[in-house]
Amino acid sequence: MTTTPAGPMLEISGLSVYYGNIAAVKGLNLTVNEGEIITLIGSNGAGKSTTLRTVSGLIRPRSGAVTFLGQRIDSLPAHDVVKRGLAQSPEGRRIFPRMTVAENLDLGAFLRNDKAGIAQDQERMLELFPRLRERISQKAGTLSGGEQQMLAVARALMARPRLLLLDEPSMGLAPVLVDVIFATIRRIREQGTTVLLVEQNARAALSVADRAYVLESGTIKLSGNARELRNDPEIAKAYLGG
Amino acid sequence: MAQSPTAAASLPKSRLRLSAYGERVAAYTILAAVFAWLVVNFLDNPQQFLSAAVFGISNGALYALIALGYSLVYGIIELINFAHGDLFMLGTLFSGFIITVVFGSKAMSAMGWVAFLVALVLVILFCASINMSIEFLAYRRLRHAPKLAPLITAVGMSFVLQFVGLKWNGSTQKSQPSVLPQGYIDLGGVRIYTSFLIVLAVTIPILGLMTWIVTKTRMGKAMRATAQDQDAARLMGVNVNRIISFTFGIGGALAGVAGLMYEQTVGTTRYDLGLQLGLIAFTAAVLGGIGSLPGAVLGGVLIGLIQGLNEGVRYGAGQRWTQSVVFSILILFMVFKPTGLMGVSMREKV
Repeated sequence: MTTTPAGPMLEISGLSVYYGNIAAVKGLNLTVNEGEIITLIGSNGAGKSTTLRTVSGLIRPRSGAVTFLGQRIDSLPAHDVVKRGLAQSPEGRRIFPRMTVAENLDLGAFLRNDKAGIAQDQERMLELFPRLRERISQKAGTLSGGEQQMLAVARALMARPRLLLLDEPSMGLAPVLVDVIFATIRRIREQGTTVLLVEQNARAALSVADRAYVLESGTIKLSGNARELRNDPEIAKAYLGG
Repeated sequence: MAQSPTAAASLPKSRLRLSAYGERVAAYTILAAVFAWLVVNFLDNPQQFLSAAVFGISNGALYALIALGYSLVYGIIELINFAHGDLFMLGTLFSGFIITVVFGSKAMSAMGWVAFLVALVLVILFCASINMSIEFLAYRRLRHAPKLAPLITAVGMSFVLQFVGLKWNGSTQKSQPSVLPQGYIDLGGVRIYTSFLIVLAVTIPILGLMTWIVTKTRMGKAMRATAQDQDAARLMGVNVNRIISFTFGIGGALAGVAGLMYEQTVGTTRYDLGLQLGLIAFTAAVLGGIGSLPGAVLGGVLIGLIQGLNEGVRYGAGQRWTQSVVFSILILFMVFKPTGLMGVSMREKV
């Protein structure tokens, strides 16, 4: 285990991201400490996914800094960000449809060389998501939405990340499966991975997170203890449906 | 090939297509006619028929090598690399250069095999590095541009390479010496040319090697991931630029092998060779289902076979009609099976 420098694990400061002339994220500040589950909630188009995509290096910010484990990562290409220990399960799952479940998991561990460790982690994933074991040699494109979501999360975990970014893991899932996914997020944290969770399903996200940030039109509008935010009447009105 | 979905959607389906039943009847009628034609020709003169088929398969192996280059690149960045046929043309020129100028070989000799093997290695490096340079200099910059921009750039690159060929080799057809054993083996009246055996002896292991790279190696795994979803591949830690470059390298290497084999078996080349052969190979890739590697091989061999039979049997239409026959078959395929023989539908969103 590498030692963690003092200070937050992930620090985003003054981050601005533009698509052409349109600002998707404006001056965003956010920190994630080791061992936490942090959630970033907000409505559709608030800039949540843009933030995660920027942290992962898929898009470049116009200004601001992203610091991970004490080092700037905002100008690194995406494949180097993964190497530093930051994996993402992206919005819309983005599994490789014409590969089998096993091959998808294998790609999650693309940068690792420890065969034994990879096999061990694959076993751990199949324990975490027993449904995937039944589907192990099936093409990922033939899985149901919930199974694909489990695969996307498991695939990201196969990189053995220090920090896991989850983008809308509950999207399009039946309520039963949403519960399964969120229970799994707790277990992932218990097993030592820090989690930054982006969600539209604010109620579920706030129930699992330690702290939360509320994003509106590209800026943080509110932040604080997840339990307090859950009881905040304003939040309840705007994001929890009354 | 790309259709225009808006135009199709605005018209009722029945006016655009025959009914499914009529379509099937038409398809089977055509297949039956082709089969009858094959049987008639075979019975007419079996030796001639088989000789023509063997010759056709040998050509088809070359088409397959070139077609793979189209399919690999299309599979990974959805670009039809029009310069690919011209790269093959440069491969023929370069092979000729190595064999005649560097080795000074004029005919088959013991040195011939050495010259051939050295040329094989060098032409692979030559064509792979040209193809990678083209990707790096031209296509990479247009990765996020609208699709038409890289397509037009590919056409432009095709002209650039043709001009290089023109300056290098002049505007007329030049013949190049073959350093490999000539002649044929007679198997009960069926002629099997030595060149055919050599083409297969080189092509089959190379296809095997490529299949192994794509399906079994780490690089191949990254290639398939990149082809299916570039951003997701990035999130796995795949260096997408490097993978695309590598793909162009493999495609170029195959074009180089095809160039040498063509130089050694056909023996003539001209600056615009890539236009003809490239088009045929591209057709092969589409016939097999563009993006599918086994499809490209199958399409290549099939078109070689069609060409061989068309030119070599009694009731064939003859050489002048070969291109018309090949493209008519392509059009029929596009009507009845638009995804090609082994193609997968591009829409796989769940």
